[in-house]
Amino acid sequence: MGIVLRGGRVVDSDGESVVDVEIGDDGRIAAVGTGLVGEEDLDCAGCVVAPGLVDLHAHLRQPGDEEAETIETGARAGALGGYTALVAMPNTEPTTDCVAVVEQVRALGEPAACEIVPSAAMTVGRRGHQMTPMGELVDAGVGMFTDDGTGVQDPQVMRRLMEYSTGLTDRLGHPVVLAQHCEVTALSEGGYMHEGAWSSRLGIGGQPAEAEELMVMRDITLARMTGARIHFQHLSTGVSVAMVREAKAAGLPVTAEATTHHFTLTDAACACYDPVFKVHPPLRTDADVAAVRAGLADGTIDAIATDHAPHTVDAKERPFDQAPPGMLGLETALSLALEYSGLDLSGVLAALSWRPAAIAGLADRHGGPVRPSRPANLCVFDPDATWTVSGRAMASRSANTPYEGWSLRGRVRHTLNRGVPVVVDGEARR
Amino acid sequence: MNGSTGWDHGVGRHLLGIEGMGRGDLERILEVTDRFAEIGRRPIPKVPALRGRTVALVFFEDSTRTRLSFETAARRLSADTLTFTAGSSSLSKGESLRDTVEVIRSYGADVLVIRHGMAGTPHRVAQWTDAAVVNAGDGCHEHPTQALLDAYTLREHRGALDGMSIAIVGDILHSRVARSGVLAFSLLGAEVTLVAPTTLLPPSLEGWPVRVSHDLDDIIDSLDACYMLRMQRERHDDGLIPSLREYTADYGLSARRAERLPKDALILHPGPTNPGVEIAAEVAAAERSVILDQVANGVSVRMAVLFLLLGSVPDPDDVAEAN
Repeated sequence: MGIVLRGGRVVDSDGESVVDVEIGDDGRIAAVGTGLVGEEDLDCAGCVVAPGLVDLHAHLRQPGDEEAETIETGARAGALGGYTALVAMPNTEPTTDCVAVVEQVRALGEPAACEIVPSAAMTVGRRGHQMTPMGELVDAGVGMFTDDGTGVQDPQVMRRLMEYSTGLTDRLGHPVVLAQHCEVTALSEGGYMHEGAWSSRLGIGGQPAEAEELMVMRDITLARMTGARIHFQHLSTGVSVAMVREAKAAGLPVTAEATTHHFTLTDAACACYDPVFKVHPPLRTDADVAAVRAGLADGTIDAIATDHAPHTVDAKERPFDQAPPGMLGLETALSLALEYSGLDLSGVLAALSWRPAAIAGLADRHGGPVRPSRPANLCVFDPDATWTVSGRAMASRSANTPYEGWSLRGRVRHTLNRGVPVVVDGEARR
Repeated sequence: MNGSTGWDHGVGRHLLGIEGMGRGDLERILEVTDRFAEIGRRPIPKVPALRGRTVALVFFEDSTRTRLSFETAARRLSADTLTFTAGSSSLSKGESLRDTVEVIRSYGADVLVIRHGMAGTPHRVAQWTDAAVVNAGDGCHEHPTQALLDAYTLREHRGALDGMSIAIVGDILHSRVARSGVLAFSLLGAEVTLVAPTTLLPPSLEGWPVRVSHDLDDIIDSLDACYMLRMQRERHDDGLIPSLREYTADYGLSARRAERLPKDALILHPGPTNPGVEIAAEVAAAERSVILDQVANGVSVRMAVLFLLLGSVPDPDDVAEAN
């Protein structure tokens, strides 16, 4: 007899119902029903009880940049945001491009508030030339590879990576996912925001939408050639969304994510010259925001990701060209998705929980329906609670949220990680 | 645009750009400039208007001319000056921009005149400090005192800018002079045409009060003023133009081309010129060239700006009595 989540509205991929959920001592769901009795009740009245959220794209900065974030603080931020699993990006220092660093990340993640799922670089040092030991990394349990922060520029290198990855399916048990940060750097170099009316007016060098779109186009073409399983990270332009829509209609095994900032903010935000609004890919136009929302609505974009990218105050106080790109996301994603994605509740949870869980190969323990014997990775949130965003109040070591002062609706009350309440009444316990 | 840009006239705190200013703001500065131009013609061109105030010249990017112009302006107003240049700085030792600004402020600077290689840096500094901030050129963004001195020079020769046809020729893309000039000249009633190859224009001109031409010869005989921008010699290495030779042939103001300008048309250049590239040496030295007037007027305009930001009395000559 363990914890009972009492009086909530359970919403999962099966539908919804008002039931109690009992958590067993083994960290799994023991029972779902009414009038359940346990040792401890967690009040869920007025709340949604859902499978925990899964982020396909989190920069936890460890090892290497512990001033900005650690796995401990990033996972705490994640748990407060309703996440139970975070895919850690490999642009660490050293790069997560070998089993030793993967094991280090995993070990640091063991006591954390979320499950930390290391991804690994596609190329050694993310330099775009030599393949990482993908077979060895697959044997170590890595299912997603990405050079995120940059895209693989050389089409021949990308072709070989795709070809090689298709031979590892049996070793992993499912296809290896190659996740691409689409950006042709020859076109984006010298650009620090979206190229357009605002960059021209502000005198800031721009990154054209085409820098992203050319690589999306190339990788769709190469996926058709090789049959590799490609995931497009942080799609930000209308044309990118349209190309992925077409590729899916043609039956190619591609998936895509969009970040919360790409459906809530535009390049106009850069007018104050505060690099808190500098991010790659950059904030784009109203039309692109509308296209991203449309892509979410029709399922072209499978998942909402955060691209949580902590940076220190010092780093973000540099001039716009020198400040590093990226913004916090883990503690605001659910609220922003509920209010701004255009998706209904079930659609929001599909994009934040069960679809990314499936893409990351975590469906056995995250995102699944709330049923007896499933691992109890759950989040409970009050969809009507309002709160005001404050970077300083966040659990992240950094404070670079672009939503400072925004009033948002929807707040996490409890998060359970393998049955253990890591967030209770909005307070982190781990 | 965010409220921190432009001339925050209500508070009267900063001069960050022409963007955000109204025609009345510009005209007021130009009128005050008249007073300082008169002071500049006196045997002892100095007034006590800003005695006891400190003007910090914070130049992260080197610009001897603009720095000397501001320094002269500050001294003619009897202000003390502090000079910071990036070469002498601890920025290379990892000191942050914000620390640098706070240190300079702590020396008692009342106004920070900032030149920086990146757009928006003065705007950021204005968010951090309670000193007044003057943008002395931020990357490829704005150079508001240049636009003011250009407008003053045009007005000096033509009475008013209303209805004037002004071409700005050259590397508009990288030009803070052009961005500020377009805004200032059009606010004052001029019609501005940008003349450049497409690769040297900003990617978007949405909302810009300008026309565009790729053919200087096509419009030259209808101009009241021809503003030639400095051409950076490395632009052909950036792949933006085939060669300086082709650029000069199509967009340079040669003596032959200058002959086609209307008789009373003026020639401007922000300096320093590249003789034989964007402008022929004899054209730059011609009588209709007002390039040296621009330099002289720069001091008067900058005196007016510093005085309006820091002065507490309406007339600079009254200060001694007021104190």
